[in-house]
Amino acid sequence: MHLDFVNLFIIFFASIITQNMVLANFLGLCPFVAVSTEIPTALGMGAAVIFVMCMTMALNWPINYLILVPLHVEYLQFLIYIMVIAAFVQIVEVFIDRYSSILYVSLGVFLPLITVNCAILGVLLIATLRNYSYVQGLVYAVGSGIGWTLAIVAMAGIRQKLRYSRIPKGLQGPGITMIIAGIMAMAFMGFSGMVNI
Amino acid sequence: MGLGQSRAWKVFFEGFWKNNALFRMMLGICSSLAVTNSVRNAVAMSLGVMFVTASSSTMVSMIRTIIPPRIRMAVFMMVISTFTIVVDRVLKAYYPAISAELGPYVGLIITNCIVMGRAEAYAISNPVIPSFFDGLGVACGYSFTLLILATVREILGFGSFFGLTVLGSWWTPWVIMVMAPGAFFVLGLYIWVMRTITKGN
Repeated sequence: MHLDFVNLFIIFFASIITQNMVLANFLGLCPFVAVSTEIPTALGMGAAVIFVMCMTMALNWPINYLILVPLHVEYLQFLIYIMVIAAFVQIVEVFIDRYSSILYVSLGVFLPLITVNCAILGVLLIATLRNYSYVQGLVYAVGSGIGWTLAIVAMAGIRQKLRYSRIPKGLQGPGITMIIAGIMAMAFMGFSGMVNI
Repeated sequence: MGLGQSRAWKVFFEGFWKNNALFRMMLGICSSLAVTNSVRNAVAMSLGVMFVTASSSTMVSMIRTIIPPRIRMAVFMMVISTFTIVVDRVLKAYYPAISAELGPYVGLIITNCIVMGRAEAYAISNPVIPSFFDGLGVACGYSFTLLILATVREILGFGSFFGLTVLGSWWTPWVIMVMAPGAFFVLGLYIWVMRTITKGN
């Protein structure tokens, strides 16, 4: 039992820092470039990503191991995963629109963007490849979500400071974001000696 | 026929250059970074994306009159996932080594915004043959970028090209180039160069 806990902690830590979704696995880069201009927006997007990642993992793991694997139709994984993500996001959107207008204003606007966020599908596929158990999968999903949020909020902070700097014309926008992301990736890689999965 | 060919070529070229997905519209950057650490992976990924984009654009265009507008996104997803599964199965069956190296990124062709973007922006409102060429053109433009990034990264990072050593033993490999930060740096500089070159037109 003690060993299990250590293992879970390693997965959690690694998915936040050394195997960071954006900076090490390059997943969810499109919103990373588009939404990382203001810190509050970045935080809202991050919260939505953590929530959806965790819930889709909770739904897809049983579907995969209780339905697809016993029936030997693992090749349908992609189709089923993306359908579950799309359907779940749609239901949540309708639900919070109906019951909480405050939550809808702060979280709801990001939800449609999430369906095509590759980080969500990426987490599910990586967890399947690594044969994670249910608990490991959930911990991995939460960690990845937090890691993604950490990266996008840090990037938004840096870009707010950059607003008044003089950047060469062709490098403005996505160009400079990529260079900063490279430097951030180097910083995150500095932890890689500590844990490995 | 001459007219038909020149039209197809025009659609192809617009997709390839004028609407180049990566440096003009910033779509599909996720997979472009992950698979460009070697030219071989980039080629495999390019072929996969070409197949999926061209086929799903063709398919969407064929069924465009019977897709109910409200659920068109879900229909696109189904079509794209189906073709992605084909690519995954073919890679697993014939090239298991490449399939293992690409890992989850084959499945992530589904969420590559380029494929969905072409279905939504072009195929849903255009006939079958132009849609095919539009999908192919955009995918080729994307592949062109992948190959440039992969070439730079593999030569600097391993001193080799497509697995063949091109730089002698005097070359000290820049290991950072094949790791994550190198990908970001090369893409950032590439965007800078391309935007400066194409500013005029």
